[in-house]
Amino acid sequence: MESLNVYASRLVTKREYFAPGHRACQGCAEALAVRLVAKALGSNVIVGSATGCMEIVSSPFPFTNWNVPWIHVAFENAAAVITGAEAGTKALIRKGKLPDKGTIFLGMGGDGATSDIGLQALSGAFERGHKFIYVCYDNEAYMNTGVQRSSATPFGASTTTSPSGKAKAGQVTWKKNMAEIAVAHNIPYVATACSSYPFDLMRKVEKAAQANGPAYIHILSVCPTGWGLPSEKAIWIGRLAVETGVFPLYEFEKGRYKFTVDVPKLRPVEEYLKPQGRFRHLTPELIGEIQARVTKEYEKLQAKASML
Amino acid sequence: MPKAVPKSELDLGWKDIEPGCAVSQPGNAAQYRCGDWRSIRPVWDHTKCVKCGVCFIYCPDAAIHKNEEGYFEADLYYCKGCGICMQECITGCIKMVEETE
Amino acid sequence: MGKRIGIENSIAAADAIKMANVDVVAAYPITPQTHIVEHLAELVADGELDAEFIPVESEHSAMSVCCGSVAVGARTFTCTSAQGLALMNEIVFITASMRLPVVMILANRSLSGPLSIWNDHTDVMSVRDCGWIQVFADNGQELFDHVFFAFRVGEDPNVSLPVMINIDGFIVTHMIEAVEYWDEEQVKKYLPDFKPVNVLHPDQPITMGAFGMPGIFSEAKKNQNEALLASKPHIMKAWEEMARLVGRKYEPVETYKLEGADTAFLTMGSFSETASIAIDKLREQGNPVGQIKLRLWRPFPFDEIREAVKGIKNLIVIDRAISYGGPGGPVASEIRAALYGEKGMPAIANFLCGFAGRDVTPDDFMKMYAKTGELLKGGRTIREEDYILYGVRE
Repeated sequence: MESLNVYASRLVTKREYFAPGHRACQGCAEALAVRLVAKALGSNVIVGSATGCMEIVSSPFPFTNWNVPWIHVAFENAAAVITGAEAGTKALIRKGKLPDKGTIFLGMGGDGATSDIGLQALSGAFERGHKFIYVCYDNEAYMNTGVQRSSATPFGASTTTSPSGKAKAGQVTWKKNMAEIAVAHNIPYVATACSSYPFDLMRKVEKAAQANGPAYIHILSVCPTGWGLPSEKAIWIGRLAVETGVFPLYEFEKGRYKFTVDVPKLRPVEEYLKPQGRFRHLTPELIGEIQARVTKEYEKLQAKASML
Repeated sequence: MPKAVPKSELDLGWKDIEPGCAVSQPGNAAQYRCGDWRSIRPVWDHTKCVKCGVCFIYCPDAAIHKNEEGYFEADLYYCKGCGICMQECITGCIKMVEETE
Repeated sequence: MGKRIGIENSIAAADAIKMANVDVVAAYPITPQTHIVEHLAELVADGELDAEFIPVESEHSAMSVCCGSVAVGARTFTCTSAQGLALMNEIVFITASMRLPVVMILANRSLSGPLSIWNDHTDVMSVRDCGWIQVFADNGQELFDHVFFAFRVGEDPNVSLPVMINIDGFIVTHMIEAVEYWDEEQVKKYLPDFKPVNVLHPDQPITMGAFGMPGIFSEAKKNQNEALLASKPHIMKAWEEMARLVGRKYEPVETYKLEGADTAFLTMGSFSETASIAIDKLREQGNPVGQIKLRLWRPFPFDEIREAVKGIKNLIVIDRAISYGGPGGPVASEIRAALYGEKGMPAIANFLCGFAGRDVTPDDFMKMYAKTGELLKGGRTIREEDYILYGVRE
């Protein structure tokens, strides 16, 4: 049995807990994120997934890409289902019906399943303090149903329900800050990650597994299909999201914020926006608005991170 | 419950379905040849490859593996030809070539 | 032989759940289910029940938590009413299709609107198609007994289906009645440990909840329906064993004073006891009337209903729910469908009454009997689409 030990070496295991042969699009950085999270956690895990891209591409009955126990019930309840599994296991162990193997409970959902329809269940699970990890795979829209906007869709992005047209210029609201919502619940570990930074991501997953209570990881999951990018650029654009400050990589634990990837000088957000089809319609004014906001948010985070 | 992995869901009758539509054969989707999707595939130049493993890490489909000599190559059964490995390769030793078959 | 005590039925039900050694309770408060869940919380707080008590933030999460909990092999219970059931609706269907044996007490209450905390069957009738095993308990004793029945039948590896125990809100939940408790030996004999058919555990990685393509969906539906139908013999066995153990025999359809009757009331839930008083009075007056009590709602007891109505010329079906714009009462619709084409199918009158807990007295039943007589006067057959909302002020 593969044993998970957070103090062990950082080498990546060759085992694939998320088997190849899944039906994700070419260049899906979300599938990569799932693959990396699975590697970081090993086999001693139970996964509860929401409805979404990763659920659909990995579980067409009678097939499954999961080499670990996995359950999907509905769209908005991954946090409830997995904490139910956690509670059930806790009871069984305490009553001597099951040996304690330190199994990790992982809830997963996309941005729609997490910040929209599943926010309530997630909040409840956080508040109840279950020992579980929740990973949000954020591809910034309801991609599985055809690229509709979610509350995680960034300002100005064109989606099928926030299309850019003659009267409107894409998404009119700013991205909901799920990591901050998680922090507000006073849970032991919160982090942002991106599959373009695989070792940072896996280290954070390992830390989350050790948290003495709920842990939340928000993973920017590049979707070449929905974002309007050639598939080979999926990792490259994720890196740009971090280097422009659009998606800073940080963690929050013991009341402190800490950047985990240093970007000494941020690149202009234009470098991140221009290559993406979903931002093609943006005027210089709108890009300026986005730049101002990104700078402001980044400085806010820097201020928090420097507080001791 | 079928012992062998079915070719598709159409092979199952109503009696073959496990209770609750559970799937007790882990990872049995690995029989799906998503490599059929691609129109281009990656080719490594072994004179430039430094065996760093970055391509292996970044493949969303786990379709890159090490061969006996330690060089990386695509598992053509699964490789979808997305080109991420080519883009991320540190030495630029990966080229995408057209599928001719 | 257990002790017989006067106790609020909700408390007794919670005690039964404790005696069943439940592992997880996940529930959200809603009148009139509250006392059941509150007492369970007390039992956990006092260390009398070793279970995880999960105070979820909504009923939708309650049923979802239950799914996760049963999936890892924990004996799991939840409880709700009306709006809570409506909120968890999608998960209720999924729990059955995933064959997860959750046990739920449904304290029957009106579905809004308007908002009503009082009892009727509009909530349970909204989930007829959900795939759960559904039974009705008419009083506190029946409720207590059926807690053990529900865990035993649902968790049976040959069944592996969720079970819903329906009780009338307030009328049963909040009444103090004489309930004979089981003793520990009896529970041990009757209720084995939960050994799930499929379980989420790292040692056997299993996938639950895969999605169904059109090419397999119909097969999955048949598989699920056959499983519900196949639960019947196990339900019967569970009732037979209970009778041997505690002396109370339950059946899918129970009859009262049906001998020599040409008319029968068909009732479900607490109506049944009230109707039986009316039947006694009517019989004293020389009316050949009896009663058919429907206890097993799903899987629907077709054979037992057909058998019970043999010789009955007029069936008065009492519904405590309505199907707007539809064929009247849900129970009457199902009874008519079950008896359609049967030789000697009775004429069926349908009265809808008791909404939001409105009292339906023995006197009311006698009035319904008289009204049925009126409808039949002159040999007129009751029209199939006739249904009467009884007792509504003009």
